[in-house]
Amino acid sequence: MKPAAFEYVRPKNLAEALTLLAEGQGDSKVKAGGQSLGPMLNMRLSRVNQLVDISLIPELKTVSDDSDTIIIGACITHASIEDGKIPDVTNGMMNSVAAGIAYRAIRNQGTIGGSLAHADPSADWVISLTAAGAEAVISGPNGERRVGLNQFMDSAFETKLDFDDILTAVRIPKFSKQARWGYYKFCRKTGDFAEAMSAVVIDPSRDYCRVVIGATDTHPVVITDAIDLLTSDEAIDACITKNALDLNPLSGQMHRTALRRCIKQVQSL
Amino acid sequence: MVSNARSNKGVGGRLLRKEDDRYLRGRGQFVADIKMSGMKEVAFLRSPLAHARINAITIPENLKHKAFCWSNMSGVKAICAMTSLAGFKKSEQSPLASDKVRHVGELVAMCVGDNRAQAEDFLEELVVDFDELPAIVDMVSAQQKGAVLVHEDWGDNVYLESKWDGDLSEAKANASITVTRQIRTNRQCMAPIEGKGVVAYWDNRMDQLVLYTSTQMPHIVRTGLAECLNLSQANVRIISPDVGGAFGYKGILTPEEICLGWLAMECGHPVRWIEDRREHLTANANCREHEYQVTAYADDIGRILGLEAVGAVNAGAYSAYPFSACLEGAQVASILPGPYIVPAYQCNINSISSNKPPILPYRGVARTSVCFAMELMIDAIARKVGREPYEVRLENLVPPTAMPYTNITGKAFDSGDYPESLRRAVESINLKGIRERQATNEKDGRRIGIGFCTFCEQGAHGTSVYHAWGVPMIPGQEQAVARLTPDGSLELRIGAHSHGQSMETTLAQVANEILGIDPADVRLVHGDTQYTPYSTGTWGSRCAVMSGGAVSTACKALAERAAKIAAHLMKLDLKEVQIIDGQAKGAASSISLAEIAEAWYYKPQILAADVDPGGLEVTVGYRPKIDTGTFSYASHAVVVAVDTELGHVEILDYVIVEDGGTMINPMVVDGQVFGGAAQGIGTALYEEMPFDSVGQPLASTLADYLLPGPTEIPAFRIEHMETPSPNTEFGVKGIGESGAIGPPAAIANAINDALAPIGVEVLETPVTPRRILAAIAEAQAGAQS
Repeated sequence: MKPAAFEYVRPKNLAEALTLLAEGQGDSKVKAGGQSLGPMLNMRLSRVNQLVDISLIPELKTVSDDSDTIIIGACITHASIEDGKIPDVTNGMMNSVAAGIAYRAIRNQGTIGGSLAHADPSADWVISLTAAGAEAVISGPNGERRVGLNQFMDSAFETKLDFDDILTAVRIPKFSKQARWGYYKFCRKTGDFAEAMSAVVIDPSRDYCRVVIGATDTHPVVITDAIDLLTSDEAIDACITKNALDLNPLSGQMHRTALRRCIKQVQSL
Repeated sequence: MVSNARSNKGVGGRLLRKEDDRYLRGRGQFVADIKMSGMKEVAFLRSPLAHARINAITIPENLKHKAFCWSNMSGVKAICAMTSLAGFKKSEQSPLASDKVRHVGELVAMCVGDNRAQAEDFLEELVVDFDELPAIVDMVSAQQKGAVLVHEDWGDNVYLESKWDGDLSEAKANASITVTRQIRTNRQCMAPIEGKGVVAYWDNRMDQLVLYTSTQMPHIVRTGLAECLNLSQANVRIISPDVGGAFGYKGILTPEEICLGWLAMECGHPVRWIEDRREHLTANANCREHEYQVTAYADDIGRILGLEAVGAVNAGAYSAYPFSACLEGAQVASILPGPYIVPAYQCNINSISSNKPPILPYRGVARTSVCFAMELMIDAIARKVGREPYEVRLENLVPPTAMPYTNITGKAFDSGDYPESLRRAVESINLKGIRERQATNEKDGRRIGIGFCTFCEQGAHGTSVYHAWGVPMIPGQEQAVARLTPDGSLELRIGAHSHGQSMETTLAQVANEILGIDPADVRLVHGDTQYTPYSTGTWGSRCAVMSGGAVSTACKALAERAAKIAAHLMKLDLKEVQIIDGQAKGAASSISLAEIAEAWYYKPQILAADVDPGGLEVTVGYRPKIDTGTFSYASHAVVVAVDTELGHVEILDYVIVEDGGTMINPMVVDGQVFGGAAQGIGTALYEEMPFDSVGQPLASTLADYLLPGPTEIPAFRIEHMETPSPNTEFGVKGIGESGAIGPPAAIANAINDALAPIGVEVLETPVTPRRILAAIAEAQAGAQS
C-alpha cells in the first residue's frame, strides 16, 4: 500500500511549524519519527493534506535542566535515551524503558514526543512517564501550556492536543536517590505490542507513589496514591477488578500478573 | 573412467556458498529490482467481502484504459486445477472475479498507474455493487446439511473425501487402552521475506510474452499461463530471477500472473505488480488448516494395535494450480501413521471448500499437521500407560532391521535407523537431567517440560506417486544440461530453481565430484524457460535428489566425451584415460579440460574423424531406481519453561538428530534444517491467520501476524546421521522441508509435559499464551467441579 498524495513540508523552526498547522485548519498533521504515522498513511488508514515534519527542528531536540525537573525535547529519539546520551534523572528507568521499545530500527527513528502524541495505551513512554509524573509541554496559537500526562490522554489515540498544537517537550521530575521504580510488560515476542504492562514509581522523599496500568482499551489506568496497592496481592486484584480490566478473564489474568510483578520489583529492592 | 576420489569441494565438502557473495553485498536481482523503460504499476481491487454476488462493476469514463475487470478479459480462461482422484470436484477460478467473490482479498478489478500510489488512487474511483451472501468460514458449518454453497453446482462443500479403509475390530478387541484426541493446526501464512512479484512485457522481436515472476516452477507457470491466455508455449517465456524465499507459496500459478500477462499484451507496455504484506497475509499465502479426531488402540506398554482418524482440511475457495485443493487432505490419509508400525488403520479426511483464501502448500505440506497429531497421540498414550514418551516411541518405530519397509499405506521407507535418531536425541538433550530438574521447583515459578517427536519425510517422489493423483503436473525424468565452455569451465542448466536451497553451490560440488572441476569454475543457469530443460520445478524436497542426480549423470556423460577426445589427443587407448581433478590423465601424461575444450571449439582439425558430433554438451534425464521417494527422518527434542501465570513459553534447549542420507554439503543441510525449524517454531507458538464469523481476516500486518524473530529462535543443536538411500545418486535424500515438520509436535509435547501435573493438555497450534491460560483455567474449573 502507498499513501494517498500529500504535501510534505519541513519547517525550520517551531514558529513556522505552528503557523503551518494553523493554516492547515485541521488537515495538516505533525510528523516526528513517523514510526506509527508512516504505516498508517501507507495503509490509507490516515490521510492528510499536508505533513509537517518537525523531526529536524533544532529547538525540539534540546535537553535542559530546570532545578527539580529535566526537560527533554519532543524529537529526542528512543535510541538517544537508550544509549545514555540524555542525562538520567530517573535512577535508570528511562534508559531501561527505552531499550525495550519495539526494535532498534524503530528506536533509531521514533521520538519520545511522537510516541506521547500518538497516545497508544500500549506505548512504553505513555505508561512509564505517566508513572514518573511527567508533564507534556504543548505549544499552540496561544502560547505554551503544560498538561500532566495523567490528564493528557482522553482515550486511546485521543489527547488534549488540538490540531494546531505541537507537543514540544516532556518535563520529567528528578527522582530522589531513594526513589524506586518498577516496570513490567508482557509481549508475546520481543518488540511486539504488550498484552499487559504496568509501571510504578515510589519516591518517599517526595511523598510520591504512582501506579499506571497500560495495554488497556482506552487511556491507561492511573492510580496516583498507590501506596495501598503495595501491601497485598488482594489489593492488586481488587484494583484490576475495580478498573474493569478483567471483563475478559484471560486479559484480567495478564493485567493482574503484570501489575504484581511490577510491584514486586520495587518491593524486592 | 570417472574417479570417485573425494575432495573437500565434492560431495560431502563443507564449502561456503557461491551465491552468498551477491546476496550479502545486496547485489541480488529480485523482481522488484527490475526496471524497464515505460513500465507502469498495477494495483488490484480486492474483495472486501468473503462471499458475495457481483451485480455490477462501474469503471468511470476517465479510467477506461486504465482500469479493467473480468468482462474486459475476453478469451482468458479460468484456473482449473483438476485431479483424477475419484469424486474430486473442480473449481473454476477466473483471474478476476466473474459473477461471485468467494473470499476476502479475491481479485475484482485492476488499475494501471504511473506508480503504485496512483494505481491505488484509481482503485478508489471504481464502484462495485455487491450482494453479500452468508459466508462459510469453519469446517463444521461447511459440512452441515443445508449449508450455503461456495460452489453452487457442487451440491455440498467438499472437494474430495479421502479414505483409507481398514479393519480395526481386532485392534479394538485386544486393546488395553484407547486414547482419543481432537487435534488442530490453525490456518497460518507463509511469509517469505520477499512476497510475490511480477513484471511482464511483450517482446516483439521474439514474439513472446516475457514474464518475470518470483516462482519455484517457471516451466509449470509457463504451461498454466499459456493455457489460460490461449497462447502457444513457444510464445511465453518465464524468468524467475533471484527469489527471496518461496516455501511453497511460489509453487503455484497465481491469478496475478495471468492478469499481468494479459495487461502486458493489452496495454503494449511493461507492467509490474509487487505484492504488499497486506495482500500477502489476508488474500494469498494461507496454509495449514487441519483438524482431526484421532483414536489410538494400544496394549498396556503402549504398542499401537490400531489407529483411526476422521477429520478435515479447510482448503479454501479454490483449487490452486498445479497441486490442487486436495494435496493436503489426500496426503493426510496416507501419511498419518508416520514412522511407526501401525497394524490396523482407518482414516477419513474431507477437503473442504470455504470462503477463505485457497490453502497452499507450505514447507512440510500435510506432514507438519500430521506429525503434530501423531506425536501428540504418542505422548497421550505414554501418559496413559505411565511410561516415558520416548520409550513408547521406541516400541512403535520401524526398526532398522525391517528396512526397507513398506508400511500400512504402502509407503516404501528406503533406509535408516529411526530408533537410533531418537536415542541420540534423548541422550543429547539429557532427559535424565531434565527429569531431576523437574523434581525441584524452579526459582522463578515456571514449569519445565521436555518433548520429543520422531517423523520421516517422503521427498523427491516421482512419476508413480503423482500419476496416481492425476494433477496437472507429473514429474518424470529430471533433466540437466552440462556444457564445457571454450575455456574449459562448466555450465550447468537445470529446470528447477534455487532460492535458498544453495544449488549454485551444491550442484557445483556434484560436478566437482564427477569431473574434479573447481566449483569456482561451475556456473548454474536456472530460472529461465528459454535456457533450461522442462522441469516441474523446486518442491517436495526434490532438488538435491533429482537435479543432483541429473547433474551427476550429465557430468558422467560429459566425462566420457571429454575422455574420448583426450585419448585421441594423447594417443592413448580410451581405457587408459581417467578424468580426475579437471584433467584427463593417462599413466604418464595429462591434459586439462581447457585443452580438450580448446581442441573441440578452436582446433577441430586435430580431433579424431569419429569424434562424437554432440561435442562437449550433453542433456540427460535422471530418475531414481525406485521413484516413490526418499525417506529422510529426524527426532527433535526440546526443553521449555512455561510461565503458568502469563502463558509464556521459552525454549531452553533444542536438539535435532537428522538423517538426510548422504550430505552434499553438511553446512547447507544445517542451513535447511535451521531455517525450517525456525518456521516450525512459528507454527508452534506464534503464527495464526484468524478470521471472524463472516470471513474477515483478523491479521493484516506483521504487527498482528506474529513471526518468530531472532530472540525467539534458540541455538539449535543439530546432529547428523548419514544413512545413504539405496535408490539415489550418492545415496542423497530430500531434506528441504524436514526442519519445519517437527517443532510444533516437539514443543507442544514439551508444554504438555510441563503442564501434565496440573492436568493441562494443549492440542492446537499455535500454542499462544491465551490458549495456555484458557487450558489452565479449564483444568482448574474441572478440578473444582
